[in-house]
Amino acid sequence: MPRNKNRQPPEVSSGSMADIAFLLLIFFLVTTTIANDKGIAMRLPPKPDPNEPPPEVNKNDKNIFKILANSGDQLLIEDEPYRAGMEQLKEDVKEFVLNFGSPGDEGIQIYNSLPSTMKAKINQFGKRKDSSDDPTECVISFKAARGTSYELYIEVLDAINGAYNEIYAERVGISVEEWLSLDKEDDIQNDMYERARQGIPRAISIAEPDK
Amino acid sequence: MSKFKKSSNTQQEIPTAALPDIIFMLLFFFMVTTVMRETDILVKQQLPKATQLQKIERKSLVSYIYIGEPKNVSLFGDEPKVQTNDAFVDIDDVILFVNQEKDKLSEAERDKITMSMKVDVGVKMGIVSDVQQELREANALKVLYSSIKRGED
Repeated sequence: MPRNKNRQPPEVSSGSMADIAFLLLIFFLVTTTIANDKGIAMRLPPKPDPNEPPPEVNKNDKNIFKILANSGDQLLIEDEPYRAGMEQLKEDVKEFVLNFGSPGDEGIQIYNSLPSTMKAKINQFGKRKDSSDDPTECVISFKAARGTSYELYIEVLDAINGAYNEIYAERVGISVEEWLSLDKEDDIQNDMYERARQGIPRAISIAEPDK
Repeated sequence: MSKFKKSSNTQQEIPTAALPDIIFMLLFFFMVTTVMRETDILVKQQLPKATQLQKIERKSLVSYIYIGEPKNVSLFGDEPKVQTNDAFVDIDDVILFVNQEKDKLSEAERDKITMSMKVDVGVKMGIVSDVQQELREANALKVLYSSIKRGED
Protein backbone atom coordinates (compact mmCIF):
# COMPACT_ATOMS: atom_id res chain seq x y z
CA MET A 1 0.00 0.00 0.00
CA PRO A 2 2.74 2.44 -0.69
CA ARG A 3 1.52 5.85 -1.40
CA ASN A 4 4.51 6.87 -3.38
CA LYS A 5 5.18 4.34 -6.05
CA ASN A 6 8.19 5.87 -7.76
CA ARG A 7 10.29 6.23 -4.57
CA GLN A 8 14.09 6.29 -5.03
CA PRO A 9 16.09 3.48 -3.40
CA PRO A 10 17.46 4.79 -0.07
CA GLU A 11 21.06 5.96 -0.14
CA VAL A 12 23.56 6.16 2.69
CA SER A 13 25.00 9.60 2.56
CA SER A 14 28.73 9.38 2.07
CA GLY A 15 29.38 13.05 2.59
CA SER A 16 30.76 12.54 6.07
CA MET A 17 33.07 9.73 5.00
CA ALA A 18 35.91 12.20 4.62
CA ASP A 19 35.32 13.47 8.14
CA ILE A 20 35.44 10.00 9.61
CA ALA A 21 38.59 9.27 7.69
CA PHE A 22 40.06 12.55 8.90
CA LEU A 23 39.30 11.63 12.47
CA LEU A 24 41.07 8.30 12.12
CA LEU A 25 43.93 9.97 10.31
CA ILE A 26 44.41 12.46 13.12
CA PHE A 27 44.30 9.65 15.66
CA PHE A 28 47.10 7.80 13.91
CA LEU A 29 49.06 10.98 13.36
CA VAL A 30 48.97 11.70 17.06
CA THR A 31 49.76 8.19 18.24
CA THR A 32 52.62 7.61 15.84
CA THR A 33 55.86 8.02 17.68
CA ILE A 34 58.60 8.56 15.22
CA ALA A 35 61.35 7.05 17.27
CA ASN A 36 64.14 9.55 17.41
CA ASP A 37 66.71 7.32 18.86
CA LYS A 38 69.82 9.29 19.52
CA GLY A 39 72.85 8.77 21.61
CA ILE A 40 76.59 8.85 21.94
CA ALA A 41 78.15 6.45 19.49
CA MET A 42 81.21 4.54 20.57
CA ARG A 43 83.28 1.73 19.21
CA LEU A 44 84.45 -0.90 21.63
CA PRO A 45 87.93 -2.35 21.21
CA PRO A 46 87.98 -5.84 19.69
CA LYS A 47 88.32 -8.75 22.02
CA PRO A 48 91.92 -9.48 22.89
CA ASP A 49 93.47 -12.42 21.13
CA PRO A 50 94.51 -15.00 23.73
CA ASN A 51 97.40 -16.15 21.56
CA GLU A 52 98.95 -12.75 21.37
CA PRO A 53 100.38 -10.80 24.24
CA PRO A 54 98.65 -7.49 24.95
CA PRO A 55 100.12 -4.73 22.82
CA GLU A 56 102.87 -2.71 24.35
CA VAL A 57 101.93 0.81 25.20
CA ASN A 58 104.80 2.83 23.88
CA LYS A 59 103.08 6.18 23.93
CA ASN A 60 104.88 8.97 25.55
CA ASP A 61 103.23 9.62 28.88
CA LYS A 62 102.60 13.26 28.10
CA ASN A 63 100.56 12.29 25.06
CA ILE A 64 97.99 10.55 27.23
CA PHE A 65 95.29 12.60 28.89
CA LYS A 66 94.28 10.54 31.87
CA ILE A 67 90.84 10.77 33.37
CA LEU A 68 89.99 8.59 36.34
CA ALA A 69 86.65 8.39 38.07
CA ASN A 70 86.22 6.71 41.43
CA SER A 71 83.19 5.15 43.09
CA GLY A 72 82.35 8.41 44.80
CA ASP A 73 81.98 10.11 41.43
CA GLN A 74 85.12 12.17 41.93
CA LEU A 75 87.42 12.82 39.03
CA LEU A 76 91.17 12.64 38.90
CA ILE A 77 92.49 14.28 35.77
CA GLU A 78 96.16 14.26 34.91
CA ASP A 79 96.83 13.06 38.47
CA GLU A 80 95.08 15.98 40.09
CA PRO A 81 91.65 16.13 41.69
CA TYR A 82 89.25 17.88 39.38
CA ARG A 83 86.41 20.04 40.57
CA ALA A 84 85.60 22.26 37.61
CA GLY A 85 82.57 21.46 35.50
CA MET A 86 82.19 19.52 32.31
CA GLU A 87 82.42 22.63 30.13
CA GLN A 88 85.88 23.24 31.51
CA LEU A 89 86.82 19.61 30.94
CA LYS A 90 85.80 19.98 27.32
CA GLU A 91 88.03 23.02 26.94
CA ASP A 92 90.89 21.20 28.63
CA VAL A 93 90.60 18.25 26.27
CA LYS A 94 90.46 20.60 23.30
CA GLU A 95 93.56 22.40 24.48
CA PHE A 96 95.31 19.12 25.04
CA VAL A 97 94.49 17.75 21.59
CA LEU A 98 95.38 20.96 19.81
CA ASN A 99 98.70 21.31 21.57
CA PHE A 100 101.69 21.28 19.27
CA GLY A 101 104.44 20.78 21.84
CA SER A 102 106.96 19.16 19.52
CA PRO A 103 105.09 18.23 16.34
CA GLY A 104 106.42 15.63 13.94
CA ASP A 105 106.25 16.03 10.16
CA GLU A 106 102.63 14.94 10.12
CA GLY A 107 101.83 17.28 12.97
CA ILE A 108 103.27 20.24 11.08
CA GLN A 109 101.17 19.29 8.06
CA ILE A 110 98.05 19.23 10.19
CA TYR A 111 98.92 22.56 11.72
CA ASN A 112 99.26 24.06 8.24
CA SER A 113 95.91 22.64 7.20
CA LEU A 114 94.05 24.29 10.07
CA PRO A 115 92.03 27.45 9.50
CA SER A 116 93.62 30.69 10.64
CA THR A 117 91.32 31.18 13.64
CA MET A 118 92.49 27.89 15.09
CA LYS A 119 96.12 28.68 14.31
CA ALA A 120 95.80 31.95 16.19
CA LYS A 121 94.43 30.16 19.22
CA ILE A 122 97.17 27.57 19.10
CA ASN A 123 99.86 30.21 18.82
CA GLN A 124 98.40 31.91 21.85
CA PHE A 125 98.45 29.04 24.29
CA GLY A 126 98.97 25.79 22.46
CA LYS A 127 102.69 25.26 22.32
CA ARG A 128 103.41 23.96 25.76
CA LYS A 129 106.25 21.48 25.89
CA ASP A 130 104.81 19.64 28.88
CA SER A 131 101.59 18.79 27.08
CA SER A 132 100.95 16.61 24.03
CA ASP A 133 103.30 16.58 21.02
CA ASP A 134 100.71 16.92 18.26
CA PRO A 135 97.13 15.78 17.53
CA THR A 136 98.18 12.58 15.79
CA GLU A 137 99.74 11.31 18.99
CA CYS A 138 97.01 12.23 21.46
CA VAL A 139 95.06 9.65 23.39
CA ILE A 140 92.34 10.40 25.88
CA SER A 141 92.23 7.65 28.44
CA PHE A 142 89.15 7.33 30.59
CA LYS A 143 88.84 4.83 33.35
CA ALA A 144 85.80 4.50 35.53
CA ALA A 145 85.50 2.35 38.62
CA ARG A 146 82.73 -0.20 38.98
CA GLY A 147 80.99 2.05 41.42
CA THR A 148 81.05 5.14 39.23
CA SER A 149 77.58 6.24 38.26
CA TYR A 150 76.55 5.85 34.66
CA GLU A 151 75.48 9.49 34.66
CA LEU A 152 79.02 10.71 35.30
CA TYR A 153 80.39 8.28 32.76
CA ILE A 154 78.12 9.70 30.08
CA GLU A 155 78.90 13.26 31.11
CA VAL A 156 82.63 12.72 30.77
CA LEU A 157 82.25 10.82 27.51
CA ASP A 158 80.04 13.61 26.25
CA ALA A 159 82.65 16.20 27.17
CA ILE A 160 85.43 14.31 25.38
CA ASN A 161 83.28 13.76 22.30
CA GLY A 162 82.23 17.39 22.45
CA ALA A 163 85.84 18.52 22.41
CA TYR A 164 86.61 16.42 19.34
CA ASN A 165 83.44 17.43 17.56
CA GLU A 166 84.19 21.09 18.14
CA ILE A 167 87.68 20.63 16.73
CA TYR A 168 86.37 18.81 13.67
CA ALA A 169 83.57 21.29 13.08
CA GLU A 170 85.86 24.28 13.41
CA ARG A 171 88.39 22.69 11.10
CA VAL A 172 85.94 22.52 8.20
CA GLY A 173 84.17 25.71 9.19
CA ILE A 174 80.72 24.47 10.16
CA SER A 175 78.80 24.48 13.41
CA VAL A 176 78.81 21.51 15.75
CA GLU A 177 75.14 20.78 14.97
CA GLU A 178 75.90 20.67 11.28
CA TRP A 179 78.86 18.44 11.97
CA LEU A 180 76.76 15.99 13.95
CA SER A 181 74.14 15.77 11.24
CA LEU A 182 76.57 15.10 8.39
CA ASP A 183 75.26 12.32 6.21
CA LYS A 184 78.04 9.90 5.39
CA GLU A 185 76.09 8.41 2.48
CA ASP A 186 76.39 11.70 0.64
CA ASP A 187 79.71 12.05 -1.18
CA ILE A 188 80.25 15.74 -0.57
CA GLN A 189 79.41 15.48 3.11
CA ASN A 190 81.45 12.35 3.52
CA ASP A 191 84.40 14.11 1.94
CA MET A 192 84.00 16.93 4.44
CA TYR A 193 83.86 14.38 7.24
CA GLU A 194 87.03 12.69 6.08
CA ARG A 195 88.77 16.02 5.65
CA ALA A 196 87.94 17.08 9.18
CA ARG A 197 89.08 13.83 10.73
CA GLN A 198 92.21 13.41 8.66
CA GLY A 199 95.20 13.30 11.00
CA ILE A 200 93.26 13.96 14.18
CA PRO A 201 91.96 10.57 15.25
CA ARG A 202 89.28 10.41 17.89
CA ALA A 203 91.42 8.33 20.16
CA ILE A 204 89.36 7.64 23.25
CA SER A 205 90.49 4.73 25.30
CA ILE A 206 88.00 3.34 27.77
CA ALA A 207 89.87 1.21 30.23
CA GLU A 208 88.23 -1.76 31.87
CA PRO A 209 87.44 -1.13 35.51
CA ASP A 210 89.32 -3.07 38.13
CA LYS A 211 87.52 -6.08 39.40
CA MET B 1 34.16 43.81 -23.44
CA SER B 2 32.40 40.69 -24.40
CA LYS B 3 35.80 39.15 -24.88
CA PHE B 4 36.23 38.92 -21.13
CA LYS B 5 32.82 37.77 -20.33
CA LYS B 6 32.98 34.65 -18.29
CA SER B 7 31.74 31.64 -20.04
CA SER B 8 29.12 30.37 -17.72
CA ASN B 9 29.07 26.81 -18.88
CA THR B 10 32.45 25.82 -17.31
CA GLN B 11 32.44 24.07 -13.98
CA GLN B 12 33.55 26.36 -11.18
CA GLU B 13 33.72 23.86 -8.33
CA ILE B 14 36.57 21.53 -7.58
CA PRO B 15 35.22 18.03 -7.44
CA THR B 16 35.54 16.69 -3.90
CA ALA B 17 34.39 13.21 -4.62
CA ALA B 18 37.94 11.87 -4.50
CA LEU B 19 38.71 13.52 -1.17
CA PRO B 20 37.77 10.51 0.96
CA ASP B 21 39.98 8.31 -1.17
CA ILE B 22 42.94 10.61 -0.70
CA ILE B 23 42.36 10.75 3.03
CA PHE B 24 42.02 6.97 3.16
CA MET B 25 45.30 6.63 1.35
CA LEU B 26 47.01 8.80 3.95
CA LEU B 27 45.23 6.90 6.69
CA PHE B 28 46.46 3.56 5.40
CA PHE B 29 49.97 4.92 5.12
CA PHE B 30 49.98 5.94 8.77
CA MET B 31 48.29 2.74 9.86
CA VAL B 32 50.93 0.68 8.14
CA THR B 33 53.90 2.68 9.35
CA THR B 34 52.75 2.99 12.95
CA VAL B 35 54.51 0.50 15.13
CA MET B 36 52.20 -0.19 17.99
CA ARG B 37 54.03 -3.03 19.62
CA GLU B 38 57.04 -1.99 21.59
CA THR B 39 58.84 -4.22 24.00
CA ASP B 40 57.43 -4.04 27.44
CA ILE B 41 60.18 -2.34 29.33
CA LEU B 42 60.54 -3.89 32.75
CA VAL B 43 63.27 -1.62 34.06
CA LYS B 44 63.30 2.00 35.05
CA GLN B 45 64.40 4.12 32.15
CA GLN B 46 65.52 7.60 32.83
CA LEU B 47 68.08 8.19 30.15
CA PRO B 48 71.08 10.43 30.78
CA LYS B 49 71.33 13.82 29.16
CA ALA B 50 74.07 14.65 26.72
CA THR B 51 74.88 17.18 24.05
CA GLN B 52 76.86 15.38 21.37
CA LEU B 53 74.16 13.12 20.03
CA GLN B 54 74.33 11.16 16.84
CA LYS B 55 71.43 9.66 15.01
CA ILE B 56 71.22 6.03 14.20
CA GLU B 57 72.02 5.58 10.57
CA ARG B 58 70.03 2.47 9.84
CA LYS B 59 67.36 1.32 12.15
CA SER B 60 67.35 -2.26 10.99
CA LEU B 61 70.87 -2.72 12.30
CA VAL B 62 70.01 -1.68 15.83
CA SER B 63 69.22 -3.91 18.77
CA TYR B 64 68.35 -2.68 22.20
CA ILE B 65 69.68 -3.60 25.59
CA TYR B 66 67.91 -2.13 28.59
CA ILE B 67 69.66 -1.81 31.91
CA GLY B 68 68.16 -0.44 35.08
CA GLU B 69 66.49 -1.13 38.35
CA PRO B 70 63.38 -3.31 37.84
CA LYS B 71 60.10 -1.45 37.99
CA ASN B 72 58.53 -4.21 39.99
CA VAL B 73 60.83 -4.16 42.98
CA SER B 74 58.81 -6.62 45.06
CA LEU B 75 59.11 -9.26 42.36
CA PHE B 76 62.60 -8.74 40.97
CA GLY B 77 64.47 -6.89 43.72
CA ASP B 78 66.13 -3.53 43.40
CA GLU B 79 69.45 -4.56 41.91
CA PRO B 80 69.93 -3.28 38.34
CA LYS B 81 69.13 -5.91 35.74
CA VAL B 82 69.68 -6.40 32.05
CA GLN B 83 66.68 -6.76 29.78
CA THR B 84 66.65 -7.84 26.16
CA ASN B 85 63.47 -8.30 24.19
CA ASP B 86 60.80 -8.90 26.79
CA ALA B 87 62.67 -10.65 29.55
CA PHE B 88 65.50 -10.24 32.00
CA VAL B 89 68.67 -12.05 31.08
CA ASP B 90 71.83 -12.92 32.92
CA ILE B 91 74.88 -11.03 31.82
CA ASP B 92 76.38 -14.24 30.43
CA ASP B 93 73.38 -14.62 28.13
CA VAL B 94 73.86 -11.26 26.45
CA ILE B 95 76.17 -12.97 24.00
CA LEU B 96 73.32 -15.31 23.03
CA PHE B 97 71.03 -12.38 22.45
CA VAL B 98 73.62 -10.66 20.27
CA ASN B 99 74.08 -13.77 18.19
CA GLN B 100 70.33 -14.14 17.76
CA GLU B 101 70.11 -10.55 16.60
CA LYS B 102 73.02 -11.09 14.25
CA ASP B 103 71.32 -14.11 12.72
CA LYS B 104 68.46 -11.89 11.69
CA LEU B 105 70.77 -9.79 9.56
CA SER B 106 72.30 -10.74 6.26
CA GLU B 107 75.86 -11.99 6.13
CA ALA B 108 77.36 -8.73 4.96
CA GLU B 109 75.70 -6.64 7.63
CA ARG B 110 76.52 -8.69 10.69
CA ASP B 111 79.56 -6.69 11.62
CA LYS B 112 77.66 -3.46 11.38
CA ILE B 113 75.20 -4.34 14.10
CA THR B 114 74.76 -1.51 16.59
CA MET B 115 73.79 -2.16 20.14
CA SER B 116 71.78 0.66 21.61
CA MET B 117 72.31 0.70 25.34
CA LYS B 118 69.38 2.21 27.14
CA VAL B 119 70.74 2.59 30.60
CA ASP B 120 69.07 4.28 33.53
CA VAL B 121 71.02 7.13 35.12
CA GLY B 122 70.91 5.47 38.52
CA VAL B 123 72.96 2.48 37.40
CA LYS B 124 76.59 2.00 38.40
CA MET B 125 79.26 1.34 35.80
CA GLY B 126 79.97 -2.21 36.99
CA ILE B 127 77.05 -3.87 35.24
CA VAL B 128 77.47 -1.66 32.17
CA SER B 129 81.08 -2.64 31.72
CA ASP B 130 80.22 -6.31 32.28
CA VAL B 131 77.73 -6.07 29.43
CA GLN B 132 80.33 -4.32 27.32
CA GLN B 133 82.77 -7.15 27.91
CA GLU B 134 80.11 -9.56 26.67
CA LEU B 135 79.55 -7.40 23.62
CA ARG B 136 83.25 -7.48 22.87
CA GLU B 137 83.14 -11.22 23.28
CA ALA B 138 80.23 -11.40 20.82
CA ASN B 139 82.06 -9.08 18.44
CA ALA B 140 79.33 -6.45 18.43
CA LEU B 141 81.57 -3.46 18.77
CA LYS B 142 79.35 -0.59 17.76
CA VAL B 143 77.62 0.79 20.78
CA LEU B 144 75.26 3.70 21.15
CA TYR B 145 74.65 5.09 24.60
CA SER B 146 71.10 6.23 24.19
CA SER B 147 70.57 9.64 25.71
CA ILE B 148 68.36 12.68 25.60
CA LYS B 149 69.43 16.02 24.30
CA ARG B 150 70.33 18.34 27.12
CA GLY B 151 68.04 21.30 27.42
CA GLU B 152 65.00 19.49 26.11
CA ASP B 153 63.31 18.49 29.29
